[in-house]
Amino acid sequence: MLTAFFENYNYYVVIILMMTGLYVVFSSRNLIKKLSGLSVFQTSVFLLYITIGKVEGGQPPIVSENHASNDSSVMVAGGGEAAIGHAGQMSDVLYSNPLPHVLILTAIVVGVATLAIGLALTVRIRETYGTIEEDELAMLDYTYNLEGTDA
Amino acid sequence: MSLISFFPDWMLTHGAAFLVVVPLIAGAIAAILPKRQIAAALTVAVSFICMLTSLLLVLQIIDGQTINYALGGWDAPHGIAYVVDGLNAPILFLISAIGFLVSVYGMPTIIAEVEPKKRAPFYAAFLICLAGLLGMVVTGDAFNVFVFLEVSSISTYSLVAMGASRDRRALTAAYNYLIMGSIGATFFVIGLGFLYMETGTLNMADMAVILREMEGGSRVSEIAFGFIIVGLGLKLAMFPLHTWLPGAYAHSPSMVTVFLASTATKAALYLLLRFVFTIFDVSFNYVFDVEIYLLAGLGMVGMILGSLQAIFQTDIRRVLAYSSVAQVGYMLLGVGLGTAAGLTAGYLHLMNHAVIKGALFMALGAFWYRYGITRVTDFNGLSKSMPWTMGAFTLGGLSLIGVPFTAGFTSKFRLVEAAFLKGWWWAVAIIVVSSVLAIIYIGRLLLAAYFQSPPEVNGHVVAKNEAPLLMLIPMWFLVLLSIAIGINADIMVDLAEGAASVLLPISAGATP
Repeated sequence: MLTAFFENYNYYVVIILMMTGLYVVFSSRNLIKKLSGLSVFQTSVFLLYITIGKVEGGQPPIVSENHASNDSSVMVAGGGEAAIGHAGQMSDVLYSNPLPHVLILTAIVVGVATLAIGLALTVRIRETYGTIEEDELAMLDYTYNLEGTDA
Repeated sequence: MSLISFFPDWMLTHGAAFLVVVPLIAGAIAAILPKRQIAAALTVAVSFICMLTSLLLVLQIIDGQTINYALGGWDAPHGIAYVVDGLNAPILFLISAIGFLVSVYGMPTIIAEVEPKKRAPFYAAFLICLAGLLGMVVTGDAFNVFVFLEVSSISTYSLVAMGASRDRRALTAAYNYLIMGSIGATFFVIGLGFLYMETGTLNMADMAVILREMEGGSRVSEIAFGFIIVGLGLKLAMFPLHTWLPGAYAHSPSMVTVFLASTATKAALYLLLRFVFTIFDVSFNYVFDVEIYLLAGLGMVGMILGSLQAIFQTDIRRVLAYSSVAQVGYMLLGVGLGTAAGLTAGYLHLMNHAVIKGALFMALGAFWYRYGITRVTDFNGLSKSMPWTMGAFTLGGLSLIGVPFTAGFTSKFRLVEAAFLKGWWWAVAIIVVSSVLAIIYIGRLLLAAYFQSPPEVNGHVVAKNEAPLLMLIPMWFLVLLSIAIGINADIMVDLAEGAASVLLPISAGATP
């Protein structure tokens, strides 16, 4: 029971973060709080991807000189030969999967962009309406929405 | 194929990448341009180039071929591949052609709706949105889809928010769209993560092969499928997940509304088709269940409830926005039927609806441009004050209802036929009921426009004031196109059947 828990420890963290984030997005009526919930939700996905990339006993996927080739002169001399040296030695060392890390770097950038746009919109909403509470925003637009009038 | 010979050789080989790279770079350039006119000219030119390129792609694949383009020379399973086949080439053409028409249409409306210093960035965001939409359709790499999905979404959020100088509700609409859109995209990427866990690849064709070898795979791929369907459902405004759509359509600048209504949900629907039929397969139990009960079921619920909500709206843009929710329902029903006939009808309706809704929203933008009208009650006497625009709106509205000799009729008729073939008579009944509801919400506007007299201001009847030609020409082009499709739909039907044969390669023409 306990081993099962600790073996899948990462996944429990992911699930808890994911659900917390999603709950905050839906439950809070404050625009900033919603955005922080969204951030937590997105962060949980980063953790999920990184968990996928981990290979048990795997080294960080960096080809260092010790691993790649014993003859360092080959490395320095010719790029082509060095590459062959890398490939030949690869099988000895178990590397973690680097691809999910690369993917999640992209997703982190996307998350930052989304958060930036969201915060910028919140600033504009605050300037225009004077509040960032959803209920008050709905009240302020109530007559507009009722009549379908234009500002 | 003599048309192909007009294009240069390098375009034949690099067309797929060219289509995405050009608007992306042009977007960055447009952002720093000092004058609106230059940015507008650049946008029109770039979207025209995109239209030609995608036309070339359509010509290249029309015989059932597939273009595989390895980006940067890295071959398919490891590198990012761009794949153009009968399913996505017509959608690429649709997106870029609408992009071109919209950028022409937008020249006068932008001046009226967007603050001067934001006009060049507006065009930049528009070009990046175009690049994102084209990218998510053209790519054959599942993670690349997510990246382009977010590229188009993030630029769309800012485009919607630019409507703030016309209507402050654009800000809250953009915020809601951002929250819903990000949740959708995150669900999609969670699904991709699970799919990667299961298959160990990100290439769509590779995934398809591996999943078929596993006969659907374990529970992990079921979960992946669920997350992906919810994520894409949010993006394409599947019925209970459509709440972002009316606000985003109603309060954004006219040009953005037209573009969003005709392309954004269509690109997401294309992805749904790709995932349900190509990557996963309807022969997997869980996919089959989702298709029959969820897609077809929610499609039908959306058809009725979307149309009902459209009837009770006071803002005309919201009327058409809810109508879009209903129309997405038709397409989902076509997908849910799962037969070649159903898919052809759904795909045809996807293209027809883009043409029809584009024309209708263009007409609404023109009404606002001249008279500042957004309420249903303001439609009184519009046929006298803006005869040409109202004429376009009328024909587009009839097409939306599905009157014979219009595009809407062709696709709805095929959908009815497909439903009968499958023996789903209740679906036919729901299509008819939804069409009757469409008569009510469109008819209400037409009655006011034709049988009421124009309002009087200070004792004078409002003067006739037609929309500028730059707005009328794209509008009428789409309207005449929808009539032309209604009279002879052979080209469109061929394209749709080509797409259906990509989706159901083995059983094309037969019911499973």
